Amino acid sequence: MILTPLWTDLMVWALVLGATVGGWFAARSLRTRRQWHNIFRSGTAMASAIVLLFYLFFTLLDSVHFRTVSEMPGTKSEQVVYAPMQSLLDLLLAHNLKNSERTYSAPFATHEYAKSIVVDADGETRQAYLPLKHVSGESSPVKRTLTALLTGLGMSILGIMFHIWCCSRERFKTVLIKRLRGEDTLPWRTAYLTFSVLLLLFTWLYVMSFDYHVLGTDKVGGDVLYQSIKSIRTGVLIGILTTLIMLPVAVLLGVSAGLFGGWVDDAIQYLYTTLSSIPGVLLIAAGVLVMQVMMDGHPEWFASTLERSDLRLLFLILILGITSWTGLCRLIRAETLKISQIEFVTAAKAFGVGKLTIIRRHIVPNLMHIILISVVLDFSGLVLAEAVLSYVGVGVDPTMYSWGNMINQARLEMAREPMVWWSLFSAFVFMFILVLAANLLSDRIQKVLDPRNSL
Amino acid sequence: MKPILTVKELSLVSGEEKVLDGVSFEIKQGEIFALVGESGSGKSLTSLAIMRLLPEAIRVSSGDVRLQEKSLFALPEYKMQKVRGKKIAMIFQEPMNALNPVMTVGEQVAEVIRLHLGLAQEAVRDKVVSLFEEVALKEPHERYHWYPHQLSGGQKQRVMIAMALACEPDLLIADEPTTALDVTIQAQVLELLKRIRERRKLSILFITHDMAVVYQLADRVAVMRHGAIVEEAACRTFFEHPGHPYTQSLLRDAMGSGQARIVSSESTRLLEVKGLKVHFPVRKGFFQRISGYVKAVDGISFSIPKGKTLALVGESGSGKSTTGQAILSLLPVSAGSIKFEGEELTRLGAKALKLYRQKIQVVFQDPFSALNPRMSIGEIIREGMVSLGVGPARKREQDAYMEELLLRVELKAEHLHRFPHEFSGGQRQRIGIARALAVKPELIICDEPTSALDVSVRAQILKLLKRLQQESSVSYLFITHDLSIVSEIADEVAVMKEGRIVEQGTVENVMHTPHHPYTKQLLASAPRLPTAYQI
Repeated sequence: MILTPLWTDLMVWALVLGATVGGWFAARSLRTRRQWHNIFRSGTAMASAIVLLFYLFFTLLDSVHFRTVSEMPGTKSEQVVYAPMQSLLDLLLAHNLKNSERTYSAPFATHEYAKSIVVDADGETRQAYLPLKHVSGESSPVKRTLTALLTGLGMSILGIMFHIWCCSRERFKTVLIKRLRGEDTLPWRTAYLTFSVLLLLFTWLYVMSFDYHVLGTDKVGGDVLYQSIKSIRTGVLIGILTTLIMLPVAVLLGVSAGLFGGWVDDAIQYLYTTLSSIPGVLLIAAGVLVMQVMMDGHPEWFASTLERSDLRLLFLILILGITSWTGLCRLIRAETLKISQIEFVTAAKAFGVGKLTIIRRHIVPNLMHIILISVVLDFSGLVLAEAVLSYVGVGVDPTMYSWGNMINQARLEMAREPMVWWSLFSAFVFMFILVLAANLLSDRIQKVLDPRNSL
Repeated sequence: MKPILTVKELSLVSGEEKVLDGVSFEIKQGEIFALVGESGSGKSLTSLAIMRLLPEAIRVSSGDVRLQEKSLFALPEYKMQKVRGKKIAMIFQEPMNALNPVMTVGEQVAEVIRLHLGLAQEAVRDKVVSLFEEVALKEPHERYHWYPHQLSGGQKQRVMIAMALACEPDLLIADEPTTALDVTIQAQVLELLKRIRERRKLSILFITHDMAVVYQLADRVAVMRHGAIVEEAACRTFFEHPGHPYTQSLLRDAMGSGQARIVSSESTRLLEVKGLKVHFPVRKGFFQRISGYVKAVDGISFSIPKGKTLALVGESGSGKSTTGQAILSLLPVSAGSIKFEGEELTRLGAKALKLYRQKIQVVFQDPFSALNPRMSIGEIIREGMVSLGVGPARKREQDAYMEELLLRVELKAEHLHRFPHEFSGGQRQRIGIARALAVKPELIICDEPTSALDVSVRAQILKLLKRLQQESSVSYLFITHDLSIVSEIADEVAVMKEGRIVEQGTVENVMHTPHHPYTKQLLASAPRLPTAYQI
């Protein structure tokens, strides 16, 4: 087995590593610690954060790609042949990928959704609902459900106990009682509840997926649950990596425009006014087309479809990043203008402190709340943007699993009679929960960090 | 005579904490009752409680407020709304925020009248114009159609007063109505309030921190401290025989030491400013052509001797702060020379200037914006030392140096690791002074260092500045609008008006025998405490 990281894998792991190190440094300041403590004092924020962590967990699972040596009986022993690239998540959901059906089937169905023509043993042709290949219907769903729920419950209790045991110094029993009564400063009870509910839900879905197509199958018989879970990575990646690209540009240009003024300010303002007066979709469509042509001209850049779609995702993230920095840049420019007039900056100037030091020491730390707020706010916008762009046809690669692609396919399915609703429904639910959680958390962050809302 | 307003044993609580503790007083018909206190003493809360406009976190725990024998706390909200504006009117400190910027001022006053009196359109208009006449707003017919931004601060305050008077209230609550105004304007507004009181037999609850204003205006005075009234007396007796020790110290701080400083003429000139002009270009049009100049500072000359203080006095917009910034080489100078120890500063490049940045430092007006909220006190003070290479180079020795410095400005050594938000205004101002002192300057430009502070804190800061001057013979350029502290801190005075110095000389000469009419007007407008008062 060898690791074959994709570009986006590297970026997302680098980001997680960077965030951890950055968080560790930031946690040394008492003020920052207190602020975050304050943010998570709200139960909604805590629950949202747990939901987001679940999504992040799936993203990270899906961001470890590797190849295993395949053992085909026919090949020579000297030649090592690798199986196609897989991620850890694929490994976990391998049965779903394998249990592909012929065509549409409804959630928990045992037969196909539409009638097919079959020829009987006695040569008679008739229409019938064919049974699904991989749904046996032998084991009782109730029994399965019970096992799943018990397993889930056991796992969540273990997880919670592990957390209490790791993170508190008091006696285990006193902490547990305090937590259950909700007497902590942080709403741990809500956190544990959210954690357990999510874990139960996923265990149930997972266990049931061995016997059924829990969320049905699509036109070519692919499992919709598998698609929805695989789409998590695409959505989350577009949300966080785009911000990563946009942020340095916005901060650098915004602060320079605000602090230096004069022709620098004029040039930057001209740039973002021009950019923001071109319709966003048009700009992105143009960028995607250019990229498409470029990729068609350089087939040596990628070895497999997975790599191609990954490269396309990377370019899409770049394009989204380049087109979406203007709003934040404008905000930062205005705030920098304000801060640079405040007396502590004048005092620093009177000490002959250099401009770069002034930016690093006085301006950027006082911009942090704006940056943080806009990052979490932009995240949900970008997840939704992916869906819209894929629907229009200028989003991610058509072979890539993404909620946008699922919705795009569902467009035709909705027009069928009887209607095929589960693709759209699953994509919608998965995306809705993610965006809702991100929005709720960003509301809370905004409330705590924005100096105008003093708590 | 029956009192108009009776406040009886009023107590307010915020959560568990008592913010107002058994406040009682009465206001009679036609009386100006002054509620004096430092910030946080609960004087504004008292007025909000009377209007029943308290913020949600604070509630009334006990006590009663009676307006002409009717308890206000017993009224339902819709009846209380009739009382507000009609029976009790209020004017605020910031006329800027109290007026709606998108309505003409006439309409705003008319709205109040229509709401409470229900007059016909024409009658309302006439009433507004007559009110504008009463508050001595010039050309009331024209002003009716003006928007708030077209009026000056004093005019806005007049409009606010007109609005308050519109429904002929029994009681006017004035919450620091003149604090944001220049002295000459303040004198006019106070005069106006007095006249209205005479004419209408209006009762006024006047909230202020300024003892001199109280002396000029009030009939009776109550001093508040920590949410309780410590002393209440008629104005005359109050100033002649203050009873409570807190009141005595408050009055002493407000008076200043009273003795002018001894001026010796033998010292050398540290800073010489000659014909200094700072003009800001006004740009217009697509190509940003320069279409004119704002002459912020227009040819001023003065000098500061070593170890002495020059006070630069003037009203807002007179160019005092711009002068300070120009001396700090933070603004481009249009013309003139600034000589420091014989060296011409206006011609120096950024590198050569660094030596002089160490010698000229600055202390700001607003102690809250002068310190970066995200840096600890140690980091704030160290910044200048490191940048200019003053003091020891090793971090531990720097810490020791800074601790000593904090002790010098009467703070504690352990404050070094705290953050600005943990300190009060006066303490922050001390930190600002310590930051300037850290680089061992020879001239400190104090840009209104005391105007955001309470009287007692102001006295302490002035004392500190004087002591530091004696210890290290540093010179000050003391920029202020407050004439009452000039004789205490300064050796020489320069009076600025519209970018020019109209009069300068020793404190003795300028303050006692002013020549220029503007200086005379300034001195006449400044509210004064009785000079005979001694403890």
